[in-house]
This record gives sequence, structure tokens and C-alpha cells, in this order.
Amino acid sequence: MDFAFLADTMGQLLAVTPLTIELWFLCILIGGILAVFIAWGRVSGVPVVSQLCAAYVFVFRGSPLLIQMFLLYYGVAQFAEVRHSFFWPVLRDNFSCAVLSLALCTGGYTAEIWRGGLQAVPAREIEAGRAIGMSGFTLFRRIIAPIALRQALPAYSTEIVLMMKSTSLASLVTVWEVTGVAQRIISHTYRTFEVFICAGLIYLVLNFLIIRALRAVEHYVSPHLRDRPRPLLPGAPPAHAASPIALPEVPR
Amino acid sequence: MNVRTVFAAALAVAALAGGPALAKDVVIGTEGAYAPWNLSNPDGSLDGFEIELMKNVCPRAQLNCTFVTHDWDTMIESLNANKFDVILDGLSITPDRAKVIAFSIPYASTPVGFATLKDSPLANLPETGTTVTVTGDPAHDKAEVAKFLDAFKGKTIGVQTATIYTKFLDDFFGPVATIREYKTVAERDADLIAGRVDATFDDETALGASLATKGNEDMVLTGPEMAGAAWGPGIGLGLRQSDTDLKTAFDKAIKAAIDDGTVKTLSEKWFKLDVTPKQ
Amino acid sequence: MIDFSLLGFGQGGWGAWLLAGAVMTLVVTLCALFIGAVVGALVAAAKLSKRRLWRVVGDTYTTIFRGVPELLIIYLIYFGGSGAIGAFGNLFGNKGLSPPAFLVGAVGVGLISASYQAEVFRGSFMAVAAGEIEAARALGMSRLLRFRRIIVPQVWRFSLPGLGNVWQLSLKDSALISVTGLAELMRQSQVAAGSTHLYFTFYVAGGVLYLVLTALSDRAFGVAERRVARSFRGSLGRG
Repeated sequence: MDFAFLADTMGQLLAVTPLTIELWFLCILIGGILAVFIAWGRVSGVPVVSQLCAAYVFVFRGSPLLIQMFLLYYGVAQFAEVRHSFFWPVLRDNFSCAVLSLALCTGGYTAEIWRGGLQAVPAREIEAGRAIGMSGFTLFRRIIAPIALRQALPAYSTEIVLMMKSTSLASLVTVWEVTGVAQRIISHTYRTFEVFICAGLIYLVLNFLIIRALRAVEHYVSPHLRDRPRPLLPGAPPAHAASPIALPEVPR
Repeated sequence: MNVRTVFAAALAVAALAGGPALAKDVVIGTEGAYAPWNLSNPDGSLDGFEIELMKNVCPRAQLNCTFVTHDWDTMIESLNANKFDVILDGLSITPDRAKVIAFSIPYASTPVGFATLKDSPLANLPETGTTVTVTGDPAHDKAEVAKFLDAFKGKTIGVQTATIYTKFLDDFFGPVATIREYKTVAERDADLIAGRVDATFDDETALGASLATKGNEDMVLTGPEMAGAAWGPGIGLGLRQSDTDLKTAFDKAIKAAIDDGTVKTLSEKWFKLDVTPKQ
Repeated sequence: MIDFSLLGFGQGGWGAWLLAGAVMTLVVTLCALFIGAVVGALVAAAKLSKRRLWRVVGDTYTTIFRGVPELLIIYLIYFGGSGAIGAFGNLFGNKGLSPPAFLVGAVGVGLISASYQAEVFRGSFMAVAAGEIEAARALGMSRLLRFRRIIVPQVWRFSLPGLGNVWQLSLKDSALISVTGLAELMRQSQVAAGSTHLYFTFYVAGGVLYLVLTALSDRAFGVAERRVARSFRGSLGRG
């Protein structure tokens, strides 16, 4: 166990961990927003839009992320027209190109998750909202979105963790994130096992923290699924029993 | 479950039954993507200076050689992991590498240089067309490099990863330029054409082959050819440190090929110049 | 934009090259899934065990294989596995032993899929009605017989949708095996693209082939699920 080497390696890897986190955060953010539009397009009644969005989801969920990334980085750069277009500053830089590719991929998966969430909103809630006079954006903001998000959260948590792991593929398009730096250290020292174990540990810790954070969020948004508060003294009524609405006495 | 377990067990047995590497049968690992040293023909067969050289050298060493292709950046680790027995891929002999693998005597020695695009500000660097000696002595080399270092301020240089050129660039150009490493030569050249890197750095013969490839018409060589001890004694075969008998056999055969001019002939065929190492 | 003659089968056409890659992708994913099924069943059993130690082992397995990037796992097995097998081979005097890229890829993707398959099997096992197992015990069936005739047929039927997802996941993970040099679809596309400098053409072609594989798998699993659903008519087998 060469601790000096391990410590040095960990130091170098931890130095680029913020870059990995930045890569992940940006792709989740951009992908999530993109997915909202695609899911909206999918559930809209317009046939062309719906089919286009379905095709988008099919392509980005059906092919490996690796080939999407290579296509966006090397394939598209082949054409002089692209190099002179206004997309070029984004595509030219390897970091932003990787973010774009990751975002497009997660967009496909997240669109399905949002769609599942939307379809899980019970019809009675929407009817109730409409009955009170809500419509359009208010209905969406106050009724549909909260319920949809809550339903989507477990699946979205999985997707978020998967994206953290997918950032390692950016190393294959010359982005110096954790996996890339690990490979570079190995190419100088030839000690594959130790370096990859260090890199693996970093991802494990990152994912552990993310899962914990997401569980806390899930817990926070589902108070109705939690246990009722217990009474302080046996026999005494629970704290919330005093209802602000005067309920009629139910004969026993 | 029964069928699946049997299948998995059969697979394990089949894998373990892969033949051992006897002294007579030797598996040579090469890239097949580093023209003109080694390249793949459209029909999948291998060709190039090194392949032809080995086809000449192996019978001299009484070895039965077969070739397999492998990625460059994990060659050394894979050699030590017994994926093949010899590395044949423009591998320069360096003290760092000698810590983990053994080398045969060198069979070639080539200068190194830059390539860039025709209309780049880096085309026509000072000293273009001349040969400069880089001895490996940091002070001496720094002075040599200083003659054209300024042109690279703020630029990006592309290089294939895990090469000795990477270390040279990091040491001398790192302070002023960005160095980008690529898994394959093709990807590095694609990024030069795309404008993501301003220049590439590689062995002159390999750059020559890149220039000759379709699609790279805008590439030109620029700057001096850098030759000398900085690149080590030259290019040799990579061997496992435990395979001492293999090393002896190859050393003898390579020396014979150098002495009778085979290396010179093949080198003129593939590189149009003589890369025989200076003894 | 795309020169279709390059994708053909004639002289200078890379069509056969890419198709060979697609077939290799299918084969390696199939093997990976078999390996994953065996390991996944073991992990599921561990997680369902009454003993806390086994449950911890099972949980550790899933945490590691779902928390570490697939790329790292494949690299680790490629180099680490070689070290282990090499040492194993040395014991028997077999000096040059090293696992082929195919086995490394199949084991790598298999172990990753095993963590997902374990969850699927665990859920399916818990869905088997307790009444059926009690009845089997009452009839005096031995554990092996009970397993073979009551549990396995039901578990694999319930698992089918989940396994369909795992199959799709593994099909895409198999693209990462390209870093070991195995001649599967991703690598064949890369080599063709690098050789001809036509990155767009060959990455699109490779992508299309993957989409074909995904779509066909979708169909196949859909058919299988519909067939299997016939046995669920009525009481859904859930007591």
C-alpha cells in the first residue's frame, strides 16, 4: 500500500472533482428544462409536434450516450458550415460540447419521467381545481406541477444519479474530469488498479451524498405520507386534532 | 437457472483454455492506426514499416509471430496484463517506461515536429525546415525551444496521449500554451482541421502520413525537426521484464536486420528517409 | 452529406464491418445478461435473506455497482481481472493467461446489470403469493422442488418487464466495452470513422444500428410480455 502515491492521486483527483460536479449540474439543469418542453410537446394534442418529440425521445433513449457524444463532438465538427455557424463556440469547446451532449441525452430520459409524472396526476384533482375556477397557468402551477413533480421524484432521482456516472464519459472527448485525470495519471505511472479505485471512491461518495439529499427532498415533499404525530401523553388527543373547521359531531 | 449456470461455466472454461504464450509463439500488439509505422488496410490486414520489419525479424529470431491490434494509450498496462507479448507501435525507449517494461535494442530513430493548418499564424515558424538537436538537457533544450516559443503563447497544441512528446510539451510549452491529449491520431488530426487545436506535435514520419491522408490537404509541417537524445536511444520493442529470453532473441535479430541494411531499405520505402538508429 | 456507397457491402463498403459489430454487440449483451442473471439471483437471495450479514452484502453490491461509473468498472475488470486471472494461471504454470476482451466485457456489463436484475428479481419474488409457498410446503415439497416448480416459473414471468428494461440498459452499456478493443458496434464505427475521416457518416450509421437493435428488442419483449400476460388473466396469481 503505497500511501504516498494514493494520497497524491487522491489530491489530483479531488482537484478536478468540482469540474465533474459542474458538468453534472449543468447537464441536469439544461436537460431538465429541455425535457419540460419535450414532455409538453408529447402530451400536447398537435400530431406533428407530438411525433417529433416522440422521435426525439426514441433516438436519445435508444442509442448509447457514447455514440451521441462522439457524433456531436467529432461528427458535427467535420462540416465547414457548422464551423462557421453561430453554434461553433459551444461545439468547439470540449467542456460545453460535453455538457450539451449530456443534456440532450438526459433530456430524452427526463422527458419520459416528466410525462409519467404528468399522467399520474389524478383527474379528480384537476377537476377540483377547475371547479374552483383555476385554469391555464395557475392550474398548472398550483395543482398539476406539484403533484407531477412529487410522482416523478423517485424516477428522477435515479436519473440524476445515472447522470453523475455518465459524466465519466466526457473523459473520452478530452474533458479533464475525474476519470480523464485518472487515465492521465495511469498513462504516466502505469498503476491502473490503485488510481481507478481512488476514482471509483470519489464517485461513490458523490453519489451517496446525492442520494441522501434526494431522499431528504422526497421526505420533505410528501408530508401526507408520513406518520401522524403521536400524542405526548397516552390518552390525550394528538396536537393537530383541534381543527380550524368546525366538524359536525359524529355519533358513535 | 441450470441452463444459465452451465452456459456461464462453459464460457469460463473456454476463456481459460486460451493458449499460453510459449517461447516460439509470440503475439505482437500494435495499433494499426499509426501510419506509416503500422496501419490497417480496408480489408483489415496490417501493413506498415514496423509490420514488414517484424515479418523479417521474427523468422531470424525463430519466432512464430502473430499480430493483434490494441489502443495505444493502454499498451504498456496491457502488455503487463498478458494481453500480448510485444509492443510494436513507435514506442520510444525512456527511463520512465524502463521502470515497468523492458525494451529491445532500438530499430529506428526519428525526429519530431509540429504540424498546423496552411493559413494559421503558426505556419512558417522560425527555423522551419531546419533540424535542431534536443539533447534532453533541460537548459540546452529550453534555449533551442525559446527560438519559436513565443508564437505558441495562448495557443492549443494537440498530441497523442501517453507519448514522450506529451512530457516534452508539458515541460517546455505548458507554461504558455494549452496541451490537449487524444486517444488516437485520427481524432487529434480531426480537431486540428476543426480548429479546436492550433498545432499538433508528433514524430515527423507520422505527421508526413497525416499530411498525405485525404481530407488533410490544408495541413503543413512547421517549425524545425527536433532530433536527439531527448527522445531516448530510439524506438524499440516493448517486452515484459520477465521475458529475458525473448529480449535476447529479438536483440540479436534486430541487430542482424540493421547490419545487413534491411532496416534502411524498409525505412526508405515507408519514410523516404533512413531511420536506422545511430549506433 | 452521407455517402451511402460507403455503407454498402461492395468493395470499400463498410456495411459488413458495421453489421459484424452489431452482431457482436448482441452476443456480448446476451452473455452479459446471463452472467448478470446468475449473479443477480444470488444478490436478490442475499437481500431477501433473514440473516443481516447477507442483506448487508447484497446492499453493498448494489451500492457499488450502481454508484461507480460503468466505464470505471469495465476498466477495473479489464486490468484488475487480468491481474487476478494471470496470478491464477501462474499457479498452474500457465504464464501467459489473460482473459479475452469478450469475457471482460460480458463480465463487466453482466455485473452491472446484476445489480438491476437483483432488484427486479427481489420485487418479483415478493410478488409471489405467500399462499402458494405455504401450499407447497403443506404438500411436502422439498426446497429444491418448491424452487423449481413454484417459485422460478412465477418469478421469471413477473420479471419480464423489468428484465426488458435491464436488457435495453445493457445494450447501451455494451458500447463502453469498446475501450477494451472488442470489435463490437461502437468500436467498429470508431475505426471506420477514424480510417475514412468521415465521423458523421459512421457515427450516424452506428447510432441507427443501435436504434434498430433497441426497437427490435422492444418488439420482442412486447410480444413475450403479452404471451406471458395470458397466464395472469383472472386472479393475477396474487391470491
